[in-house]
Amino acid sequence: MTATTAAEFVTPGEYSHPFALSHLDALEAEAVHIFREVAGEFERPVILFSGGKDSIVMLHLALKAFWPAPVPFALLHVDTGHNFPEVLAYRDRTVAEHGLRLHVASVQEFIDSGRLRERPDGLRNPLQTVPLLAGIESGRFDAVFGGGRRDEEKARAKERVFSLRDEFGAWDPRRQRPELWSLYNGRHSPGEHVRVFPLSNWTELDVWQYIEREEIDLPAIYYAHEREVFTRNGMWLTAGEWGGPKPGETVERRLVRYRTVGDMSCTGAVDSDAATVADVITEVAASRLTERGATRADDKMSEAAMEDRKREGYF
Amino acid sequence: MSTELHHNPAVVGAGSATALLRFATAGSVDDGKSTLVGRLLHDSKSVLTDQLEAVTHASLKRGQDAPDLALLTDGLRAEREQGITIDVAYRYFATARRRFILADTPGHVQYTRNMVTGASTAELAVVLVDARNGVVEQTRRHAAVAALLRVPHLVLAVNKMDLVDYAEPVFAAIAAEFSGYAASLGVPDVAAIPISALAGDNVVEPSAHMDWYGGPTLLEHLETVPVGTDPSAEPVRFPVQYVIRPQSGEHRDYRGYAGQLASGVLRAGDPVTVLPSGLTTTVAGIDVLGKDTGIAYAPQSVTVRLTDDIDVSRGDLISGGTPVEPTQDVTATVSHLNERPLAVGDRVLLKHTTRTVRAIVKAIPYAIDIDTLEHIDNPGTLRVNDIGRVVLRTAEPLALDPYATNRRTGSFLLIDPADGTTLTAGMAGESF
Repeated sequence: MTATTAAEFVTPGEYSHPFALSHLDALEAEAVHIFREVAGEFERPVILFSGGKDSIVMLHLALKAFWPAPVPFALLHVDTGHNFPEVLAYRDRTVAEHGLRLHVASVQEFIDSGRLRERPDGLRNPLQTVPLLAGIESGRFDAVFGGGRRDEEKARAKERVFSLRDEFGAWDPRRQRPELWSLYNGRHSPGEHVRVFPLSNWTELDVWQYIEREEIDLPAIYYAHEREVFTRNGMWLTAGEWGGPKPGETVERRLVRYRTVGDMSCTGAVDSDAATVADVITEVAASRLTERGATRADDKMSEAAMEDRKREGYF
Repeated sequence: MSTELHHNPAVVGAGSATALLRFATAGSVDDGKSTLVGRLLHDSKSVLTDQLEAVTHASLKRGQDAPDLALLTDGLRAEREQGITIDVAYRYFATARRRFILADTPGHVQYTRNMVTGASTAELAVVLVDARNGVVEQTRRHAAVAALLRVPHLVLAVNKMDLVDYAEPVFAAIAAEFSGYAASLGVPDVAAIPISALAGDNVVEPSAHMDWYGGPTLLEHLETVPVGTDPSAEPVRFPVQYVIRPQSGEHRDYRGYAGQLASGVLRAGDPVTVLPSGLTTTVAGIDVLGKDTGIAYAPQSVTVRLTDDIDVSRGDLISGGTPVEPTQDVTATVSHLNERPLAVGDRVLLKHTTRTVRAIVKAIPYAIDIDTLEHIDNPGTLRVNDIGRVVLRTAEPLALDPYATNRRTGSFLLIDPADGTTLTAGMAGESF
């Protein structure tokens, strides 16, 4: 990894003293603290890695937190079977580059073996929970890092940085541990695990500004490119073998990019000519739509869709 | 001073570094806190189209004819059903000058623990009162909690000024009463701002109805209040989180102590003491996330290398400047957070910085009536939401600073050893 600069000193007047941290430095220091707490307190932590920008930033922070030693965690990818090929290539490249260990929990395997059934609407994001929990159980992971941010969704806004899950992986929002100062309580019983969200206090814009500052490489689908897409439920979906277009849906070539990376069946592209990180930052700052509102079908299913999925063990 | 907001405020600061302010809001049930939070988010252009659509849709479904901005912040099913805020929620917004993390804490009496939670990381607390009611019990409670948690800045927002004809004497009387109470709590910095969250007066835009008020709007105050304390004025406190030993070819002899500097400025060559062992050595070098900088300051996460090969592990405190005397006898003010009471004789775990030790509750000298600040002597137990004084004996010595001088090294949690539940939040040393 590239060495990075020390804190950005800024113009006087903005701060009351010369040692104040910029907001990105403060968020980075907090996230690194969280990674090290987990390394110090848990036996078998794992990082959920989807190849999306949030998990890529998480991995970047973990690399910095333990430098010059390697990251002491493995990666766990929940493979929906409908991933973007560019993202899988990115994942494998990253694993090789940093000498990481990768575990894959495959939705397709669960469907093929009859443990899961394909939904009539073809959405695979909601099917991820079962393989995820099975992957956590078989790996005996006691801490599972997720890239979830509180600004993403109103149920996420209520989640702790250290979120205790019972033996069913379930989240009970009414029985969360209070979380004070930076004293994170990671105690759990055998069979339980703790979800850990180092990016809790980051926003989409923070993530992009950090990507710019740290010059972090992302899968190309985050930047504007021409792509064959068709419209379904008001979103531009990528045409492909996963199940689109259906009769009556027409494919067209458009200049688009992705704001989030998930399953192809429910992650929409946005019209965009933002080809660089700086362009993306300008676009995100001016957007009148939230990240998930613009591009995620599964969150639109009901008013409390995210809360309900999280109760079942989703990340 | 300009309060003008750009349509895309954050991008203005994108090239340069902006500061981060963490603040908490507190108010009684009908003081209009949700409306205020909704107004701050809405007028600072932090509510996006799809969020507003979702709120409008949900409001219509409930038979309301206008979007209920409280639905922006009440994220859980149970909260939306009951129309109340149960738990702390964190909100994020930005202006050209600053990024904000807002801990939106519930106002119900029975949720004092949630205000404690929100205030623990806040640098500023906004206490909301209804101009028609003035300072009430809950106002004093909120101010007392903010003072107890040592939140550096306090704002009194006198809301619903539109319902008292925007009258200056009403505001002045409330502000004077509150300032007097805050002074008795030892709060150094109080700003009072007359607002109407519903009408938008003095929240983001200056009010056209209160010419007599010459101060900043709430947002302007949030944007300009000094952030952080100067670490160079404080002694060095560095709790060791994790020992980094790569044992790779390139870094065979590297041994670094990773952690987040709780206070102070540390430089290569500085003499330090490792606690609780008391061994002394000097700093050989400091790596800030991959780069040898030779200097670190709070609250950076860094890795410290020491000159001597001494025994240092997770839970130790590397200390500089005024030393801290490790002790097994801890006296603290605590806020009890759990339904299970805390009683004299209880055996608990105590988590302080990166160290967790066994402890016994030796005595509970008094509980504090948070409304009157009077002591209730020897209550025997502390129940949920109680604030009181506790004496603990720990199995191993702890390097605790008084909370009054260091929020990070003066705070701790009590944990139930049976199931890991967080029971109590503690603040070492004298309170108020």
